[in-house]
Amino acid sequence: MDKFSVFSARLVEKGEYFTSGHRSCQGCAEALAVRLVMKALGRNTIVAMATGCMEIVSSPLPTTAWEVPWIHVAFENASAVASGCESGMKAMMRKGKMPPKKINFVAMGGDGATADIGMGQLSGALERGHDMIYVCYDNEAYMNTGIQRSSSTPWGASTTTSPAGKMSKGQHTQKKDLPKIAIAHNIPYVATACPSFPFDLMEKVQKAAAIQGPAYLHILSVCPTGWRIPPEEAIRYGRLAVNTCVFPLYEYEYGKYRLNYRPSPILPVREYIEGQGRFRHLTPEDIEAIQERTMAEYEKLVKLSEED
Amino acid sequence: MAKERKGIEVSLAVAEAVGQADCDVIAAYPITPQTHIVEHLSELVADGHLDAEFVPVESEHSAMSVCCGAAAVGARTFTSTASQGLALMAEIFFIASSTRLPVVMALANRSLSGPLSIWNDHTDVMMVRDGGWIHVFVENGQEAYDHVFWAFRVAEDPAVRLPVALNIDGFIMTHMIEPIEFEDDELIKRYIPEYRMEKPLHPDNPVSMGCFGMPEIYTEVQMARERALVESYTTCIKAWEEWEALTGRRYHAVETYRVDDAEYCIVTMGSLGETAMAAVDELREQGEKVGVIKIRLWRPFPFDDIYRAAAGKDALIVLDRAISFGGPGGPVALELRSAMCGRPQAPAIVDYVAGLASRDVTVEDFKAIILGGKAKAAEGDVAGFTLYGLRG
Amino acid sequence: MARPMDEIRWQDLEIGGAVSEPGSSREYKTGSWRSLLPVVDKDQCIRCGVCWLFCPDAAINQSEDGHFQTDVEYCKGCGICARECPVGCISMVIEEY
Repeated sequence: MDKFSVFSARLVEKGEYFTSGHRSCQGCAEALAVRLVMKALGRNTIVAMATGCMEIVSSPLPTTAWEVPWIHVAFENASAVASGCESGMKAMMRKGKMPPKKINFVAMGGDGATADIGMGQLSGALERGHDMIYVCYDNEAYMNTGIQRSSSTPWGASTTTSPAGKMSKGQHTQKKDLPKIAIAHNIPYVATACPSFPFDLMEKVQKAAAIQGPAYLHILSVCPTGWRIPPEEAIRYGRLAVNTCVFPLYEYEYGKYRLNYRPSPILPVREYIEGQGRFRHLTPEDIEAIQERTMAEYEKLVKLSEED
Repeated sequence: MAKERKGIEVSLAVAEAVGQADCDVIAAYPITPQTHIVEHLSELVADGHLDAEFVPVESEHSAMSVCCGAAAVGARTFTSTASQGLALMAEIFFIASSTRLPVVMALANRSLSGPLSIWNDHTDVMMVRDGGWIHVFVENGQEAYDHVFWAFRVAEDPAVRLPVALNIDGFIMTHMIEPIEFEDDELIKRYIPEYRMEKPLHPDNPVSMGCFGMPEIYTEVQMARERALVESYTTCIKAWEEWEALTGRRYHAVETYRVDDAEYCIVTMGSLGETAMAAVDELREQGEKVGVIKIRLWRPFPFDDIYRAAAGKDALIVLDRAISFGGPGGPVALELRSAMCGRPQAPAIVDYVAGLASRDVTVEDFKAIILGGKAKAAEGDVAGFTLYGLRG
Repeated sequence: MARPMDEIRWQDLEIGGAVSEPGSSREYKTGSWRSLLPVVDKDQCIRCGVCWLFCPDAAINQSEDGHFQTDVEYCKGCGICARECPVGCISMVIEEY
């Protein structure tokens, strides 16, 4: 748990807007992330979702796991669809065709939908300044289609299209830095979060909803199936990602960086890497290289957060 | 009572109509030759003549996606594109109809690459022929203006709720200055009152749209789409009748010209119909018993209207403006062949593909096509197609 | 209550294949996937709700006495609750059928 007492859980919204009966794998931290995001947003929310795990598990006809209005159109366009919902409501409310109401417009997609196929559409929506939130659930590969690499897959991870082999360390490129790309759009709010830190996550969702204009949330969502870890370990690995500084929790609000959580002590990345099947082939030297890069990136972030 | 006509570029008239329709959301990306439509719409919004959200998207794929989102919350929604833009948005084109979102789109018909060509034919729209939309073709500026309202009237009808593509020949029509009778806003309001969508996306009544279809249910969803499109025919006709009652201008799914005693007919779709009529007039003077059949409603395909117009003729000579590569001919001829198949007194169907990428099809060309087609039909040479005017 | 998928006729579908019964996924009981069942030792449970908060399937309910218990209809048996319980009062046991 994060900075709150364990009993804080009892203060959390009881209502479920992403309900039971959805068909995610056992121990899916992405489903948990969706559940927590929806708790933080509440009933007055319209969700546009990209094709992917969460869309498939939540909407096989004739049932839905959603308690809020929800639309899926295609893989790459959740951001454009959400911006259409926002524009439509805005126009109709302004013209008196629809009674005024504060509604959260939220686009959601996985890392494939966000970092790869939907990158242009995300950029367009952020640049146009819609009052909406984009939530990227990053499980670091195309899990829905069977664990293929995306540009958000970390270096060294073995996936079904970046397999480790005699001539390969697995993924040979570094993870695309999506929050920084969002920040480059000069939008008011960008944050990283992880469901292993549920209060931090929900606080950021609420902040994103309250802010006027586009907000981008990048949520590390541990995938036991794709990362090849036991399902009960999903929360612990999220915590390890944060405590090793592999995935720092930070915010960017109106031009200012803030590190929300400085692990103390910072755990060696080895503790995060070693138990995951997708990294099983890495040598101690490989892990050392990841360690160095992780700390270099973290130091940059620390510097940014200390700037005025 | 004849109203005053105003000389105006057809693109601007289309944009004015969208403004008069009190559209809520316009999402568009510039592409030749559609550009003037969206430019003028953004002007109308900028000058306060139209209270709408103009969403200047980064691609046509997003244009259609924004339209889907806006239509899903119940907003009156418009976009416009052509050619490559349509190809890029094609993925979402199909989903707009399956989700039953009543988007209206003006298609300034243009050739598809390659090679790159910005000029007019129907290769773009034929690519999305099976996309589940209602497709209407217009012949002149007045028809283009009138059919903007018709498109909203049909699309938003609770019995239909399907997207409508308004096909306007690029350049040949979009860039012409034509005399157009404008209707006043009050009349338009009577024709298309404020749109109230049943079960839009709204927190007061949460609906899930675009759910995932397993093999056990996909077939049923497709049948529901098919029935919706076929049954929209009734509303299409009703909407034309209502328009006639208000304006005196009457449209039909299939328009005919001098067909009653005709032995053979030239079949067109879009702006070339007027040239075809001129050619028919000249041929009539030479004693040829020829008429024109103009297909206005392309989807749902008006099988019975076509048959009524064509039954008993010796031949239909089709002017197609696209090629189905490796297939048996142009798409309009294909449709007609299947529409006539097995029916009594079915005419022979001769197919010419012409006017690709705005290559001129003059009155003389039409006369050559009609007489050539007549000769082919007489010889029984009716298979495949002829690429008219081809060198070599 | 939605009809089973393979009994739905095309006429039964809502317009555009929409689903206007929110949360109807509850009709699908994911509990049948489970091989291990979380069992809470009520004497040790401090009623903090951490298990409830971390359940990806919203398959833990709070009873009137404040204890948290597994919703066997939906619990997929992932074991997150047992792993995360701060007092270790949840054990995963093989279910007997």
